[in-house]
Amino acid sequence: MDLTQLTLKEAIDLAKKDGAQPLLDAFSKRAQALNPKINAFLRFDPAKVEKNTEPGSLHGVPVSIKDNICIDGREVTCASRILAGHVAPYNATVIEKLKKAGAALFGQCNMDEFAFGSSCETSAFGPCKNPWDLTRVPGGSSGGSAAAVAADMTLAALGSDTGGSIRQPAALCGVVGLKPTYGRVSRYGLIAFGSSFDQIGPLTKTVEDAAILTNIISGHDPKDSTSASQNVPDFTQALQRDVEGLRIGLPKEYFIEGIDPEVEKSVRQAAEVYRKLGATIKTVSLPHTEHSVAVYYIVAVAEASSNLGRFDGVEYGLRVPAKDLREMYFETRDQGFGQEAKRRILLGTFVLSAGYYEAYYLKGQKVRTLIRQDFEKAFREVDVILSPTSPTPAFKIGEKTADPLAMYLSDIFTIPANHAGIPAMSVPCGFKTVPGTMGTGSGTCPAGVPGTVELPIGMQLMARPFDEASLFRAGYAFEQEVGIYKKKPKL
Amino acid sequence: MQYEPVIGLEVHVQLKTKSKLFCACSTEFGAGGNKHTCPVCLGWPGSLPVVNEAALKLAIRAGLALSCQVAERLQFDRKNYFYPDLPKAYQISQYAMPVNGKGELLIETKGSDGTVVEKKIGITRAHLEEDAGKLLHEGIPDGSLVDYNRGGIPLLEIVSEPDIRSPQEAYEYLTALKAVLQCIEVSDCDMEKGSLRCDANVSVRPTGQEKFGTKAEIKNLNSFKMVAKAIQYEIDRQTELVAGGEKVVQETRLWNDAKGVTFSMRSKEEAHDYRYFPEPDLVPFTLSKETVAAIRKTLPELPRARAKRFIRDLGLTEYDACVLVQEKRTAEFFEACVAAGAGARAASKWILNELLAILNEKNIAIEDCLVKPDALAGLIRLVEGQTINNTTAKAVLLDMAATGKAAEAIVKEKSLAQVADAGLIERAVDKALAANPASVADFKAGKQKALGALVGAVMKETQDKANPKTVNEILLKKLSS
Repeated sequence: MDLTQLTLKEAIDLAKKDGAQPLLDAFSKRAQALNPKINAFLRFDPAKVEKNTEPGSLHGVPVSIKDNICIDGREVTCASRILAGHVAPYNATVIEKLKKAGAALFGQCNMDEFAFGSSCETSAFGPCKNPWDLTRVPGGSSGGSAAAVAADMTLAALGSDTGGSIRQPAALCGVVGLKPTYGRVSRYGLIAFGSSFDQIGPLTKTVEDAAILTNIISGHDPKDSTSASQNVPDFTQALQRDVEGLRIGLPKEYFIEGIDPEVEKSVRQAAEVYRKLGATIKTVSLPHTEHSVAVYYIVAVAEASSNLGRFDGVEYGLRVPAKDLREMYFETRDQGFGQEAKRRILLGTFVLSAGYYEAYYLKGQKVRTLIRQDFEKAFREVDVILSPTSPTPAFKIGEKTADPLAMYLSDIFTIPANHAGIPAMSVPCGFKTVPGTMGTGSGTCPAGVPGTVELPIGMQLMARPFDEASLFRAGYAFEQEVGIYKKKPKL
Repeated sequence: MQYEPVIGLEVHVQLKTKSKLFCACSTEFGAGGNKHTCPVCLGWPGSLPVVNEAALKLAIRAGLALSCQVAERLQFDRKNYFYPDLPKAYQISQYAMPVNGKGELLIETKGSDGTVVEKKIGITRAHLEEDAGKLLHEGIPDGSLVDYNRGGIPLLEIVSEPDIRSPQEAYEYLTALKAVLQCIEVSDCDMEKGSLRCDANVSVRPTGQEKFGTKAEIKNLNSFKMVAKAIQYEIDRQTELVAGGEKVVQETRLWNDAKGVTFSMRSKEEAHDYRYFPEPDLVPFTLSKETVAAIRKTLPELPRARAKRFIRDLGLTEYDACVLVQEKRTAEFFEACVAAGAGARAASKWILNELLAILNEKNIAIEDCLVKPDALAGLIRLVEGQTINNTTAKAVLLDMAATGKAAEAIVKEKSLAQVADAGLIERAVDKALAANPASVADFKAGKQKALGALVGAVMKETQDKANPKTVNEILLKKLSS
């Protein structure tokens, strides 16, 4: 039996009996073999994976962490040169919770630099590749987390989602990705991008696995003033394969020109599956959707420009020696940040500048309120909203790097949930077959054979604030019905 | 043309909390470099701020004492700029929704006719913000060091309206502000330790003109006297410019105390654009009326009210009352002294003229003084009962301050009781008259001053123990006979 193919749930059951060591060995071996090819982990040292003998619910199984979440005593870089070598002096709250639950902290996952991107190509330490087609991107920014789960290099991973950074790579890599409600999971120890958008969430092989991890990482944290005091239900209770009577809405603004026909077809078929399972399907309207991306690139980058000010060469990370303080700032930030980071810092600085603040930031906040109200209205009619996660399956590496606007549109369906703070989950719902060559390149992958590759398609489920339970309920019922999570990339 | 100055002050006071504004680090002064720091106040990646409720309560307390409108809903904002003492490259402050809105402070000032009048100085706002760290340059050959112990300490920035019209009024405003804040125990207001800092905005305009002139902001002011001096310099500088037809440049200027001048630090064009925006890590929150009412209930009698009571009920002069209430502990000492039986005017005189001088010289606080209020009342009783005269009493007080003994004990021990024996004094008078014929002649020639010299001679003869009144009487009798 290949232990790396187990789900988190199955692995926990195994570890309960036999201990976690066989799992750690199997994943170490596979990760070592595949990482040179996929580059999903920025740091991975099997010798350093601490065994966890806490009597928690995870029984020592390996979980990997996006490289913008602090682990005490370990390097954390946000895939940026400016933080290379920076060792976190404390644990993020989610890390404390995972450790207490008995997780063995495994690899640290590649990502877009400071989570700025939808393709993992802005990583200063080389792009991560999509396990379904190594010439394509895994999505981003949590591309490393998604690719590692998809390639069975880890049992599960944590990512972070500011505008779709968990859901879009989950869709492109064929795994489950949940962005919990804003405030559900503590942000303490997550290196901030857009503080009023950021949420940590799980990337897993199944909906059930996502529920298990969400149970562990959720809850109020006195160290995070934006964390909510709402009770955390046991989300595994929602996994009942029952959507009878569930009202599901299809937002008409999400089925637009430019969307890949295969993606649209796949999501509409998913709606049919739900109808057959007893849910009611209706069309809803989210009229302010078209402004989502524009407003996001005002408000989120404004916050980012401020959040990234601290990387100034004074206290930690890169410092480029220079003749005076001013030059040191210029040189350090010039050499430390990549192009996309610079673009967003400039944009954010601009929109907050005197004379522009009202026209951009303040107006953006008002539109954000309208987007939130769109959802409030829609959720009076339906319990869950179903849409594509991404307008297209995984695109080619380099395809959109020259066109930032095209890249930004990859998140067109995921950004609204971040504006509104509502929970949203991507669940695999199909594949698109395209011409391609699998296993190109060297290493342990087989020699490239021209033919076709299958690219995963993800659907997005959105629900009311703090109603992750409905997402698990709907996601689980669909997943169990169609069973596509069992399909693996050929590596 | 006549010109008048328009002055507004920005005062930062450190709130007296045990821990910092957004983390649990200690606010202790003088600890080793970077001893009181953590990921939050060092701005380490991933850390988040949490508001210290104690600091918020002190800010509200100060707001209430300054008659401010306390906000029902408040919010923190980020003030963005780069400097090594600011670890996050932004300061968490309050911009759009400060905890305290408009208020006022009453000061004593001289009216145009020279009489003391009360004047209202408006408070624009008083908001919470975090302090920055401290750069150390001295003795470091190639660079600077940063000490972040101070970083994150809670400050209240109190901004006055441009209601101040002279350096003296600025001085009075600061004195009154300090008295209020110390009285309600929200801050030590110790400029030397940096727990009170002040920047001054100064402009001049032709008297009678409504529109303000262009202002300069003056920084690096380390004492109230320095504030007054720098403002006076700035008024003179700007008046000369304007009178000469030149324009005042809007800029930030630094006071150089050694040279007694202000000089330009940066112009408006070089000024920072702080890019304020709401701090997303701290959601806006609502203050309940009950919370504010509960804090209001704990406010003590404020200095101004206390001074008025001293004047009204105890018959003190305006001046004495105002000086006594400047330091809460001095006022408390005075009240305790009166409660122990001393006359209010005598107690006030002895405290302000004698005791404070001794304390200043010894550089100790009134609460650490060995002379307790009831002991001072005892000394005053001896003077009023004519057991000792004023001169002796001053010496006894010094002794009391040094030893902590009661006045009666010292008088008895050193046999300092006043001599009332007329025969004894008469013999001393005769001796003095015989020894000072010149003074006698002067007096007889009409020089009243000569009497003083003769009284002095008698007092010397009796080792200051004679009752001066009796001495006077006997002397006058003998001289006129």
